[in-house]
Formats: sequence, C-alpha cells, structure tokens
Amino acid sequence: MSATPTEIRNAAAEAACRSAVETLSGAQIVVRLLERQGITTVAGIPGGAILPLYDALSETDRIHHVLARHEQGAGFMAQGMARATGKPAVCLASSGPGATNLLTAIADAKLDSIPIVAITGQVPKAMIGTDAFQEVDTYGLTIPITKHNFLVSSAEELLDVIPRAFTIAASGRPGPVLVDIPKDVQNQRIEVTEWPAPGLPEPAPAADAAAILAAVEMIAQAEKPILYLGGGVVHSGAAPLAVALAEKASLPTVMTLMALGAMPVDHPLSLGMLGMHGARCTNLALDECDLLIAVGARFDDRATGKVAAFCPGAKIIHIDIDPSELDKIKTAHVGIAGDVGEVLRALLPLVQPTLRKRWLSHVAGLKVAHPLQTPGIDDPRTHYGLIAAVAAALDDEATVATDVGQHQMWVAQAYPLRRPRQWLTSGGLGTMGFGVPAAIGAALAEPQRTVVCFTGDGSILMNIQELVTAAEEGANVKIVLMNNATLGLVYQQQTLFYGERIYASKFQAVPDFIKVAEGFGIRAVDLDRADQPRAALAEALNTPGPCLIHASIDRHEKVYPMVPPGASNKDMIGG
Amino acid sequence: MNALTQNERNALARAVLELDVNNHAGVMSHVVGLFSRRAYNVDGILVMPVGDGGKSRIWLLVNEDARLPQMIKQVEKLEDVLAVRRHGADHAVFERLEEFFQA
Ligand SMILES: Cc1ncc(C[n+]2csc(CCOP(=O)(O)OP(=O)(O)O)c2C)c(N)n1
Ligand SMILES: [Mg+2]
Repeated sequence: MSATPTEIRNAAAEAACRSAVETLSGAQIVVRLLERQGITTVAGIPGGAILPLYDALSETDRIHHVLARHEQGAGFMAQGMARATGKPAVCLASSGPGATNLLTAIADAKLDSIPIVAITGQVPKAMIGTDAFQEVDTYGLTIPITKHNFLVSSAEELLDVIPRAFTIAASGRPGPVLVDIPKDVQNQRIEVTEWPAPGLPEPAPAADAAAILAAVEMIAQAEKPILYLGGGVVHSGAAPLAVALAEKASLPTVMTLMALGAMPVDHPLSLGMLGMHGARCTNLALDECDLLIAVGARFDDRATGKVAAFCPGAKIIHIDIDPSELDKIKTAHVGIAGDVGEVLRALLPLVQPTLRKRWLSHVAGLKVAHPLQTPGIDDPRTHYGLIAAVAAALDDEATVATDVGQHQMWVAQAYPLRRPRQWLTSGGLGTMGFGVPAAIGAALAEPQRTVVCFTGDGSILMNIQELVTAAEEGANVKIVLMNNATLGLVYQQQTLFYGERIYASKFQAVPDFIKVAEGFGIRAVDLDRADQPRAALAEALNTPGPCLIHASIDRHEKVYPMVPPGASNKDMIGG
Repeated sequence: MNALTQNERNALARAVLELDVNNHAGVMSHVVGLFSRRAYNVDGILVMPVGDGGKSRIWLLVNEDARLPQMIKQVEKLEDVLAVRRHGADHAVFERLEEFFQA
C-alpha cells in the first residue's frame, strides 16, 4: 500500500535530511526509493535472483513485507491494495518461475487499469541470454501485459527508473509497470549524492473546450439520454461528479462491472449494471436511449453485447482519459480525451438543470415491469438470500471482493454497493483466484474495514494457499464460499448453449473446506449446519480476523438474465 | 486491364509511419510487438539512431486499413515513442531503398 502525496512529500523531506553522500547497493537504493515513495507494505516471495533486495528490505522497519505463498497471490495482494486505495502498490518476485507466476496478476491489472509496480530479480547481466538457471525473458514476456516495463542495466538507472515506474503506473490511464533488476545491478554499489523526487502522477492534458460545449448542447437536445459509467470514473475519483451530473440533467445511469459503487444502486437514477447479466429494464432502457454519455467506459463486449445493436438509436458522447478508447468500438459523435473528473467538473456548471419527466417516468415504468428477479432473496440459504444477508450484517464501510463465476455475477447484481472502491473484482481478465489474495491486500491497506470475499469452490482452490497468509497477517477478511461443487458458470453455459452436455464442470471430489480452512489456521463457520444462519453469519462477519464462511448452493441455479454470447443485449434469456 | 503503377498500388493499400523514439534495447520489440500481436502486417522496417544516439527514428511501411488510426493511437501510447507522423506510401524513404531489395 502507499501514502497520500503529502505523506510522500513528508517522507521524502525526512529522508532528504539524513542524506549526505552515501555509498549504497542497487538493492538498498530500491528500498530507499520505495520508502521515499511512501510505500509501507509490499507482497512477494524471495528467491536467488532477488535476495540482495530482500537483504536490503531486512534493514528497514518502514516497509512491511507480506510473505505470499505463490507469486500470483503476491500480485493480487498488490492489486487489492491498489484497488482499495487508488495508489500504486508493489509486489516482488524472483527470476524465472517467480516472474512467470506473477504474469496472470499483471495481465489482470493491465485489463482493469490497476496501478501496480512489480519488481523482479533477474540473473546477473553477464548471464542473460545463456539459459542460466532460472533465467526467463521477463522483459519480453511482460511487454504485452504491462503499461511499460524496464530491464535495468545499472544501479544509477534505478534512481530514474523506480520513480518513473510509479509515475507511469499512476498517470493517465493507470496500469501495471514491471521493473526487472539483474542480481549484479542489485549488488552494484554507487555513491548517491542526491535523491530524485518520488514519482507522482502527471496531470492529464486539458480537454478540448469546444468538445465540452458540443457535449453540453447534445445533452440539452436529448430527450432520452442515459449516462454510462465505467471503471475510469472510480479511478479518477469522479463518482460524486458523475452522480451530480446525473441529478442535474436527469440522466438514468448504468454502470459497468468495474464502475459498481460509483452511484449507489438504490439511487433513484441508478439502473445498476448493464450488459450480459444486467437487469432487463437496464438493457431495455439502453435500447431506447437517444443519447449515450459514456464516461470512463470502454464499450467492452460483456457490456455492449452485439455492438451493432447496442443503443441503436443513440448519439454518443464518449469521455475517456485514454485517447485510443475513443472511436475504438463505437464512433463517438463527440469524443473528449481527458481526465473524466476534470471533464465532468467543466461540464457540470454548463449543463442546464432539466427535469425530463417523460423519460424518467418511462424508465421508472420499465423498472417496475422488468426488474431484476432475485428469487429467494429473503432466505439466507439461497444464493441471492445469502448475499443479501451478508450485506444486512455489514455497513457501507465494508469492502466487497469476489472471485470469478456465477457467484461474482450474483453479487454484482444483488449486493447494495454504494461506495466507489467498495467493489474489487476481476473484470477484464476474469481471473479465478483473484478474490482471496485481493481481499487480503485490501484488508492490509485499510485495516479499519471488514473485507468480504465472495468466492466459489472452483475459484478458491486457485489461490487457496493464501489462507495461511491471511492467518499469518491476521487480515480482517471474511471469505464467503458459495459452494455448488461445480464450475458453475461453465455448467450454466453447457446447460444453456451446449445441449446440456455437462463435461468437466462437475467436481467428483470436493474438499472439506471447513477442515481445509482450519488446517490453514483460520476460523471456519458452516452455514449449512447453523440453526440460525443469519445470526451465525452476523457473528462470523463481525468478529475480527480471517474467517471462512461456507454455504452450499444449488448447482442448478443460473445467473439470469443472460445475453447469449454474440447476441444483442435486448435478446436476454431468463430473468 | 490497366496495370497499376507501383506508386498507385502503394497509395491504395499502404502508409508510411515515421516514429521518433528513445534509443534503447527494448524499443523495437515494444513497437513491433504492438503490430504483430494485433495481426497487423508490417511490410517494411527501417531504424537508425539520430543525432547523438539518444534517440532513434523508426520508419514503418504498413498496410492501410480501417484499423490504422487505432494502431497509431496505440503506438502513441508507448512510453518510448515521442512522436508519430503518418505519410503516404509514396514517401521516398522506402522507394530509395528499393535497389537493395532486388530479387
Ligand atoms: C483462471 C481461470 N480459469 C478458467 C476460467 C473460466 N471460468 C470462468 S467461471 C468458471 C467457473 C468458476 O467456478 P466457481 O469458482 O466454483 O464459481 P461458480 O461459477 O460455481 O460460482 C471457470 C472455469 C477463468 N475465468 N479463470
Ligand atoms: Mg462453484
């Protein structure tokens, strides 16, 4: 986890006081630069090629190292810290298998625009290219999955590369940066006379004022506008501005999976999540809109369904910090490249307050006629009911992480998310195994919060080893395991689209997860055996420390509605 | 049937991109990887350092299709790419090289 800009400056000033000319190793320089950056927690696993860095880490008490049990876990812990706080977080791995084990977490961060800095050890420079023990081309492997990457060739370079890595990770559209440091560079000793400033995010270029005026005009002209919020709204800290715009211009608002929490789901203008598992009313309203205002969203195929049929009658205003997103999937009538917070701040005073009674009452009618169906929501022994019962036992300060599968979509549909950064989920890559380590990272970054992780019996096994890390750290994570003894989302697809040919999706052997959790040293509660499941749940959720909460779910339950892959959003099935 | 001249064929189907980049070992793979992993064909590549060698210039001869504007935006996002200029396929840089590429 990392600190605020003020804390960073203070830390840097303090560090400056004790800097005369010092002779330091590359490894010590990295540690010092991380301290100056305000980094207080890192997650990783040591190995030969990164031992000099670990040796230097052992000399500081300003950075807490979390020993993950698999590098992918370390990568997702860093993601959890970064997603919860919005600030770059750090993970560490050795060369070869250490680095390859990180790849999935890095790719996941790339697709969801999460700022992490991954530092890997590499074989000594002279051995690069010799197929040395644990040599792998980490630089080459990570080009397509990082925002930027570095192979550092001298200790001096670290003084430039480390702050830049943080600047790049956090500037513009955030993303992962990898720094690969050969062992001899970590050991190289140099004199350091002056320390670079910590790497802070660079301001985004100013948006085109004429385009903003054109957008204002289009909003004024529209009769049936919809506001479409994406993860960029959360990254930019622009959720309150987005809500203010919706209220001022009477804009029914849809959110992508990544944006959930940006507008409270129970806000009167909220239509919740759009797309593949959005409510019917949401996708039907989109089908009718005459103006779509996309803010920090990228027209992902899970959100749009068949693109040609997405909002067929709508003009499009698209605001995004990444110019390459404009016109990528849908050509915008007005495209505005800029930080969405700054653009909304400029737009807001120019937009006329509008009531739009006809459109709002029409949308309200759609909501009544085609709401999200949540059968069993009052019974905590059903999937929706369990989610509602968890929410009822917690307040909005709780953070909600998920793994990937049916459970993830049910939580996205039914958990009353009301706060930006409340919701941590793997959207773009959809990585099973994300949930537990990401929840641990979030809990370490914000120890005052309860972090709930909804997971599945398939997903949890992909990073189950991090349960012992949770135990070791005493992380306040509550893992709600929705156990259907099935790769549920696969089972659902085989049932619906593959003629019920169920293959390789039903587990023959299912572990005793209660024993597994206890074996890893964390408390476990089996709701199946609880006479009072609500009370047992509330007690488990509100007792500090890690806990696994187990609940059986019927494998025949489906996530509905569902837009069949490749179909248009208005052709939903079920729900 | 009228045969197209070389120039006309190029003008229809190709474009030349001129990139100013930082000169270090990884830049070429960043640029070329961007095209190859999107299955975007690059027909010609030319790179030389400029000035004191801190910067290089990369010339790319690429197919011109509907994806080209998106490709250019992606190239512009690379940290080590300082500027991208787009030229027609009739740009002299690859034409003058033709004598080195006789079958
Ligand atoms: C690493 C990884 N492998 C495979 C998949 C494909 N996949 C998506 S959901 C899913 C099933 C998830 O099962 P479980 O965690 O039990 O969740 P459920 O759907 O049963 O709620 C699979 C295999 C994936 N998303 N990630
Ligand atoms: Mg399952």
